[in-house]
Amino acid sequence: MPLVERAGLKVWQRRERGKQLAIWFGWLCGTALFVYAWQIVSEATTWAFFWDAPRIAGDIGGRMIPPRWSYVTRIWQPLWDTINIATLGTMFAIVMAVPVAFLAARNTTPSKTFVRPIALLIIVSSRSINSLIWALLLVSIIGPGILAGTVAISLRSIGFVAKLLYEAIEEIDKDQVEAITATGAGRGQVMAFGIVPQILPAFAGISVFRWDINIRESTVLGLVGAGGIGMQLQGSLNTLAWPQVSIILIAILLAVLFSEWVSAKVRHAII
Amino acid sequence: MTAAPFDARRWRPPPLIKNARLRWGLGLGIAIYLAAAIGGLQVNWLRVYEGLDRGWAFFQAFTDPDFVSRWNDIRDGMIESLIMTVTSTVIGIAISVPIGLGAARNIAPLPVYLTCRMIIALSRSFQEIIIAIFFVAIFGFGPLAGVLTLSFATIGFLSKLLAEDIEALDKSQAEAVRATGARWLQLMNYGVQPQVMPRLIGLSLYRLDINFRESAVVGLVGAGGIGATLNTAFDRYEFDTAAAILLSIIGIVMIAEYTSGLIRARVQ
Repeated sequence: MPLVERAGLKVWQRRERGKQLAIWFGWLCGTALFVYAWQIVSEATTWAFFWDAPRIAGDIGGRMIPPRWSYVTRIWQPLWDTINIATLGTMFAIVMAVPVAFLAARNTTPSKTFVRPIALLIIVSSRSINSLIWALLLVSIIGPGILAGTVAISLRSIGFVAKLLYEAIEEIDKDQVEAITATGAGRGQVMAFGIVPQILPAFAGISVFRWDINIRESTVLGLVGAGGIGMQLQGSLNTLAWPQVSIILIAILLAVLFSEWVSAKVRHAII
Repeated sequence: MTAAPFDARRWRPPPLIKNARLRWGLGLGIAIYLAAAIGGLQVNWLRVYEGLDRGWAFFQAFTDPDFVSRWNDIRDGMIESLIMTVTSTVIGIAISVPIGLGAARNIAPLPVYLTCRMIIALSRSFQEIIIAIFFVAIFGFGPLAGVLTLSFATIGFLSKLLAEDIEALDKSQAEAVRATGARWLQLMNYGVQPQVMPRLIGLSLYRLDINFRESAVVGLVGAGGIGATLNTAFDRYEFDTAAAILLSIIGIVMIAEYTSGLIRARVQ
């Protein structure tokens, strides 16, 4: 137990002196890094704008109220598109992610040295790049529209679904797989009766979770031209039609609440 | 004597939904929805076909990324992104911890709890980009808008998970600390903090990672970082530069994930 002598009394301390100093040094470095970074951000900022911000915020807020309710009729179609982008994107992603997950899991991959790194690379590339960047890329390749958004969402989701799924596969109970193997089952049968039933709840949970995230993400894809309600948002922002912006934000909020409600229901039903 | 007839019926796994009518109805509903959704895709195959060349060019660019010709832009953008990441994560954590404490039902009074939960819900509902658009309009172009956006987004993530962790903590430890006559601050420091610290560190590192990825995007709307450079590269069809930027992002994310994995393994 680390003790220190103070005025003849032994006082308990949580850590040895060296460790304590190391921790202080870590904090010092961290703080210095933050101060340095903040310095640079501060230099790149026009502070006059910052202090003016409350007035501007009030101004924009004032323009957004009251919302132009008649605009709602023009929103249903993009909102429907947004939900479709998320749903179809998630489905395509799942179809592609399942094989990747089985190739990436240590206990099901055919080769740990060759196949697994490739699968992990696919996962990390898909995860590192935001769906908006995928959309930017796809819009310049296959043109603006819902298809670009759907593909962008699915490319982004592959990594997410595959990562969580392969972690679930690695955590399965070996005994069940062994029991199925002992009956003389082939590779496919072991997969179907030993592994799949164990990961099915996790799989459903992951899919719904990703769908929920995708609804949020697909609301902004339109900003780069990939379809959905974001296109309406972009148009309204460009024409400074703030009353329309507030309607769109309300619509997005409702869509997000809806998706959260659905995913909570489904997860509740599974678990 | 003949052997008893062997029951040749095949065993089937039990269906997920027991009610047959509900099962088929749900299946039919999904099929109709899919038909409508796929029908609404409006694919312009000619445009897709024309774009394939460009797609191929982009794919090739990945095998031969061009770091050199726009190196200064890439370097500046990356440094700005990293700086935004550090700043916004620190500010975000500093704000999220009190809000996370307030949003835990077992240590916060009801009015505080409701206020904090509302802030979290607000932060979680809107995508970073939408927040960034507003912050750029309010605070002007530049990294400050990005930093504030990411800090705001961090609140929704970190406070929520922290609050859930606090709500699930072991009561007996907190009670033992309280039994010594500890005040509220001491209770937090000795009863709550040691229990949630490993998870808080893990979540913060994870958020650092997310903030870096998001900082690459907020630049699209003028909130600083590598996103602006990336957008320009795409707009000019300079796929080799875009590939270089994307590869740098992937590389940094991989390094960050590996490092945070090491740190998390040590604290947990």
